[in-house]
Amino acid sequence: MSDGLDRRELVARLVARRGAALLLAGLGSPAWDLAAAGDHPRHFYLWGGMGGAFAMGLGLALARPERRVVVLAGDGEALMGLSSLATIAAQKAANLALLVLDNAAYGETGGQPTATAAGVDLAGMAASAGFPATLRLDRAERIEDAVDVLLGAPGPILVQARVDRRPQPLVLPPKDAVLLKLRLRAALGLLSVDP
Amino acid sequence: MSAPDWSEAAHAALARAGVGLLAHVPDAGLARLIERCTSDPAIRVVGLADEREGPALLAGAWLGGLKGVLACQSSGIGNLVNMLAVAAVGRFPLVLIVTMRGEWGEENPWQVPMGQAVPAVLEAMGVRLFSLERAEETGAVLDGALGLAFGSEERVAVLGRQRLLGVKRFVAFGAGR
Repeated sequence: MSDGLDRRELVARLVARRGAALLLAGLGSPAWDLAAAGDHPRHFYLWGGMGGAFAMGLGLALARPERRVVVLAGDGEALMGLSSLATIAAQKAANLALLVLDNAAYGETGGQPTATAAGVDLAGMAASAGFPATLRLDRAERIEDAVDVLLGAPGPILVQARVDRRPQPLVLPPKDAVLLKLRLRAALGLLSVDP
Repeated sequence: MSAPDWSEAAHAALARAGVGLLAHVPDAGLARLIERCTSDPAIRVVGLADEREGPALLAGAWLGGLKGVLACQSSGIGNLVNMLAVAAVGRFPLVLIVTMRGEWGEENPWQVPMGQAVPAVLEAMGVRLFSLERAEETGAVLDGALGLAFGSEERVAVLGRQRLLGVKRFVAFGAGR
């Protein structure tokens, strides 16, 4: 299936405008996409803990209410973390935005279809959970509008972006979670030494 | 619930340690601790839909400089096992306050398999165990567990034993979790 947006272009355009936002990528392709856009101390990448990306974003958003927090997640990750849509909605996390890079497939395991391939509407689920803003993104000319929403609209927000399945060059972020943790905490002024 | 209450001392220990976030899936044994934390303006209380959210939520909070703990029933430990890997690999401080079922006079057999397995499961994932069996020890046990977790960036669990919490009685079968 080649329908859908270029995921690398979408993520690169988000990263180009992120300012002081904190970006957290769930495991698999979203982590490679974020690394491909350029590694940064204010990025955190999960290499495991599938289903935990949304909850981790909520924790970070609650800890830093003055910062925008954007979680990049695949559709498989999002489906495994559905309970967190309820938790996030109940917490009314105004500074949290979720970007689902939906290729309707488990990309790391052979491309098996996810439930979104059958039409499951993640943006609709977030809306019915109580997210004040949700949208489905499937046209390249709407990317800048979607980035506006991800970075600026009162949250919690979920953008479900339909992305294509063309193979992308593998760009791997650091996998040492202690390094990722310490450099992010240092970037937030929480450490007295620079790791 | 048993007469001596441990919740007040537990809340005081959380406050001493500077905990600002209580994530929980409720349990009858946790009800008073959740109430006390809810009435404390210094503690954000986050009800989770699934215990699995907890370790990731707390890791995210720690990244942002907020100390949190997760309180849940022993059955919930079964739900979150793989998420303990996030805390382990990142050496994130993790504090679990676990109210035990399935061990002391349990009347619901469905609680027994997971409750009995909790210590072995947590130890297998590298979580350090503290046992809370008498209410008067609550402050000391919590101080020790919180100190180890936040002082040495360790994963710890305080197991509130069913003997301390009291046995849930079933008037009609099928009531409650």
